[in-house]
Amino acid sequence: MAESPTSLSSKDVAHVARLARLHLDDATIESYRTQLASVLTHIARLGNVDTAGVDPMAHPLDTVNRLDDDEPGPVLTLDQVLMNAPAREGDFIAVPKVLGGDSA
Amino acid sequence: MNRPDATAVAAAIRSGALRAVDHARATLDAIDTANPGLNAYHEVFHDAALERAAAIDAMIAAGRDPGPLAGVCVAVKDNIATTLGQTTCSSRMLTGYRSPFDATVVTRLVGAGAVIVGKTNMDEFAMGSSSETCAWGVVRNPHDPTRTPGGSSGGSAAAMAARLCDLSLGSDTGGSIRQPAAFCGIVGLKPTYGRISRWGLVAFGSSLDQIGPFTSTVRDAALAYGVMAGVDAHDSTSAPVPVEDWQATPPADPRALRVGVPSQYLRNNDPAVTEALERALGLLRAAGATIVDIDLPMTDHGISTYYVIAPAEASSNLARFDGIRYGHRATQRAGEGLEELYARSRSEGFGAEVQRRIMLGTYVLSSGYYDAYYDRALRIRRLIKQEFDTAFAQCDVILGPTAPTAAFTIGGVTDPLQMYMNDVYTVNTNIAGIAGISLPGGIDRSSGHALPVGLQLQAPAFAESRLLRASELLERLLSA
Repeated sequence: MAESPTSLSSKDVAHVARLARLHLDDATIESYRTQLASVLTHIARLGNVDTAGVDPMAHPLDTVNRLDDDEPGPVLTLDQVLMNAPAREGDFIAVPKVLGGDSA
Repeated sequence: MNRPDATAVAAAIRSGALRAVDHARATLDAIDTANPGLNAYHEVFHDAALERAAAIDAMIAAGRDPGPLAGVCVAVKDNIATTLGQTTCSSRMLTGYRSPFDATVVTRLVGAGAVIVGKTNMDEFAMGSSSETCAWGVVRNPHDPTRTPGGSSGGSAAAMAARLCDLSLGSDTGGSIRQPAAFCGIVGLKPTYGRISRWGLVAFGSSLDQIGPFTSTVRDAALAYGVMAGVDAHDSTSAPVPVEDWQATPPADPRALRVGVPSQYLRNNDPAVTEALERALGLLRAAGATIVDIDLPMTDHGISTYYVIAPAEASSNLARFDGIRYGHRATQRAGEGLEELYARSRSEGFGAEVQRRIMLGTYVLSSGYYDAYYDRALRIRRLIKQEFDTAFAQCDVILGPTAPTAAFTIGGVTDPLQMYMNDVYTVNTNIAGIAGISLPGGIDRSSGHALPVGLQLQAPAFAESRLLRASELLERLLSA
């Protein structure tokens, strides 16, 4: 089966960037548009494979939800948890204002 | 380059013939001399390594056994958490990140007597096949510094090939241990999915990732594997399947060995790769092995399936890097909300290839495309798995090239899709969750340099003993 080139607009790419929480300028969006379209065109060949009656396989192992015993074990200290925080205030991680009102 | 393997180093140290401190100092000196040219290591732990080696010597002097890896110098890929130094994944996103805990593999290696000497450079977040996306500069191949060591575990492979350690750790999501092992002329083992704990491995593709060793011999790969393998309460995907002592499995009898060769692995290879495979097949045949022609038509769909599943999982895993709890945070601008801060932190912290894969993964998971891409890829994944099951009913191991070429030049592959094609023979191992290993298989002299060529053996899930015994046989035949 012939491959049809995947159409991907700059608007589509900008939408995906927003979903992915990436801040891209116009030139980067255009370069990703070309590169992603080329990869997606290649991937589109998967459409030629007959998957009728085949179940999806998300994982190679059969095990699901292996649970540990409900016993307390060693945990990280607060300082260990916060040691890599870019902005710390006391025992908290500082972030910009989330709710309305005056912007910081 | 003629340095004993890790098994021999540990034996010499345990017997008192070699002091761990002297061995560690020699290794650190070799790193200091060669690393500026290779950029294999991002960080070297001079003081901590010598201190640890001295403790090993003290244990031996006191009559205690430090373990099977006594004094063995280990390099750790920088996406594996260590309390020593930083864990950066070769990304600006994790500049300065210090792990509050050691990965289970690190704890187990140290518990067996190993000395951690440093952290190695890699493709950023393990995304790449050439170690060129490393934020700390490209890694160079010890066999020809104008060429890549492969990737993503290129620093660990280059360090091992240049003998700047006795063994090193990599991670393999679609070939990131086996392809650099091939390019650097060493052994690289990707165990079965779930065989080795991934606690402390920064997640890329969670249904594909596996940690494994780079070594100079098959027996070293078996040694390191034996120390690391087994269930871990910290990793619910580590398989509760008992680990066999591979030495309890008898050495492979070539006359009883059925080696499957898929026709799909014989096309599009460079002449030196074809030659290496033919030589190996000739030696196996002469030793009495049965060569079985097998068919793996899904090989052709591996890359496409992988580049749906892996980016989808990566886009989800890397959502945690938002510049809030850890990692790079952009300088806050007046009037800017949390959402913009996330987006700018991510785009400043992640390099181009990582952002490309996040975009691809987000796209295939997005509303309207999920069924056409992600769901379909998961169904094809099952077909790939079933195809291996059928093949392993006819043969014990599958042999082929690790990659279609020897190492390519730095900057020589610029098209992302062409780069992805490097992994054509390795991705399906991860997709199916089975075991694979790359062995040094020959030399490509066509460029004027002697460049290693790798051969890959694959075995069913949890059949590492079989894989290692067959590898040992092939290693012996090839070196005779």
